[in-house]
Amino acid sequence: MQNYLEFEKPLAEIEGKAEELRAMARANSEMDVEKEAAALDAKADKMLRELYAELTPWRKCQVARHPNRPHCMDYVNRLFTDFMPLAGDRNFADDHAVIGGLARLEDRPVMVIGHEKGHDTKTRIERNFGMARPEGYRKAIRLMDLADRFRLPVVTLVDTPGAYPGKGAEERGQSEAIARSTERCLSIGVPLVSVIIGEGGSGGAVAFATADRLVMLEHSIYSVISPEGCASILWKDAEKMREAAEALRLTAQDLKALGVIDRIVKEPVGGAQRARDAAIDAVGRSIVELLEELSGKDGKALRDARRQKFLDMGSKGLAA
Amino acid sequence: MNWISNYVRPKINSLFSRREVPENLWTKCSECGTMLFHRELADNLMVCTNCDHHMAITPRERFASLFDGGVYTEVKVPAPVTDPLHFKDQKRYPDRMKAAQKSTGEEEAMLVAEGEIGRTPIVAAAQDFSFMGGSMGMYVGNAIIAAAQRAVKLKRPLVLFSAAGGARMQEGILSLMQMPRTTVAVQMLKEAGLPYIVVLTHPTTGGVTASYAMLGDVHIAEPNALICFAGPRVIEQTIREKLPEGFQRAEYLLDHGMLDRVTHRSQMRAELITLTRMLTGLPPEVKGDLPPPSIGPDAETAPELPAAVENAEPAKAGAKTAGDAAAAKPVTAKSAKPAADAKDKGTAK
Repeated sequence: MQNYLEFEKPLAEIEGKAEELRAMARANSEMDVEKEAAALDAKADKMLRELYAELTPWRKCQVARHPNRPHCMDYVNRLFTDFMPLAGDRNFADDHAVIGGLARLEDRPVMVIGHEKGHDTKTRIERNFGMARPEGYRKAIRLMDLADRFRLPVVTLVDTPGAYPGKGAEERGQSEAIARSTERCLSIGVPLVSVIIGEGGSGGAVAFATADRLVMLEHSIYSVISPEGCASILWKDAEKMREAAEALRLTAQDLKALGVIDRIVKEPVGGAQRARDAAIDAVGRSIVELLEELSGKDGKALRDARRQKFLDMGSKGLAA
Repeated sequence: MNWISNYVRPKINSLFSRREVPENLWTKCSECGTMLFHRELADNLMVCTNCDHHMAITPRERFASLFDGGVYTEVKVPAPVTDPLHFKDQKRYPDRMKAAQKSTGEEEAMLVAEGEIGRTPIVAAAQDFSFMGGSMGMYVGNAIIAAAQRAVKLKRPLVLFSAAGGARMQEGILSLMQMPRTTVAVQMLKEAGLPYIVVLTHPTTGGVTASYAMLGDVHIAEPNALICFAGPRVIEQTIREKLPEGFQRAEYLLDHGMLDRVTHRSQMRAELITLTRMLTGLPPEVKGDLPPPSIGPDAETAPELPAAVENAEPAKAGAKTAGDAAAAKPVTAKSAKPAADAKDKGTAK
């Protein structure tokens, strides 16, 4: 069952009609509806192409948060083999919003770390909707250290609305955990490739996305604050999220223009949620290429280049 | 009558109307409501004389009371691209900037300076909460990088006073990118083996806390400062329950292991001197009435000056002599005393 976004309503109607016709035909074998249904399919396909050709920033936010969009575990299961999840921060708990572990990518061992949002009510609650607590970041730090010691490249998959704003999370040092995780991203001497597969929500995303190469899916977002949050602060009206999404320049295309990300991976027509495997495979190819590009460099060269990349970042604004 | 109404009354009126009360002569304490006279408040480092509430203090006021004799040199901060995103909410970002520059008289939300505290050479950076909530944008990032580079060049500790509502939304993703950028700055200091001390002041929140403010070698906070990642209102909305008293305040964080110390503003300078001197291997501060560094050297204080003015190698040399002098003192006193005693005894005999 496809979940439709608000702006996909007209599309839902056409696709619904086509489906209805086919259901009628199945019930009554004398009816021939295939021609009409095909016409509707063609119409729907045309509409889908048009809708996704020019997504506004706010619509991109909605696509990035789409419940059917492939999430971290979908990527891990399809792209990697021998995935060996490693749990816990060795201090307090294991955070289920962050998955991590050793795995092989085209036979090459890597460390993979990412935010997992969950795919139904039960798993979403278990994963805390992809909002990590300090333990999640501290687990990531531990795994990055492990990768660094055994010279394994790190791949991070970012998909979070943000770090969890909870009482316990604050008491256990959410800010410190994020700061240390970012610091670790900048200090490891192994290649670090990061992909924003859905939402890159503020500091919670930076803690994983401070990478040698940062990739974004075509309809993913990366922002300092959610459009709703920005709207309620600057417009004093959370309903102004469309304007805020526009102003924040949070789309992959704007971020590429600003020099914040290195590469955009095209999504299938209608977004990653409509052709999940194709989207995952495209991301996989990009990761492999970028790891290839970074392989063979020694730790210091990698670290120096990574730091310089961030020192230089934003020096040209939109003209970059 | 004419003389009174035509001459005396206007004269009296003009005298009174001319004596307008300047604004901001009195400040109301936001905690206890006491009216505080501006001069008294400034003398007390913007701490309420009634309830000890630590009010916001501008970087210039802070530096004036921090550095020896109030003398410091500003470190130049490279200017970033203005309005990189062409951001517009209800106002244009450049207009908001101009308004903030006009009301504060400052260029941006952070001031970097080099100078001496208790004859200890340091670099200091302070965030200005009155400038758009101290928010961290490209300029603040550049300021922290400039401060770190200067500290590395001069081989001095960096003391950073944080105060910010978080990242500057009007610079969008580029404000977020100051988290990794400032983290690189902190790494420069750590790799150069230089102390990095963070003084967290009210409020330090969001992306600022989650980057350079929580990466210090030593974390000191001012009393009752709000220090957090997510603000209390956001948390209350998320978990839908009332937060405990003092949640996310300095003392609460101290109890939860996130800070080393909570220190009253009046004691801050002394603590920073003690800390930086120990971390850089300098002897204890020479207390007493040393002339401010701007006054020319006279015969008595001349040997002290190299330690204060120079850096690196000369500083160590200067420190050594100071240490020797301090060590020598008790010895001479001791040896002198028995001799005096003997003399006394001798004369008694």
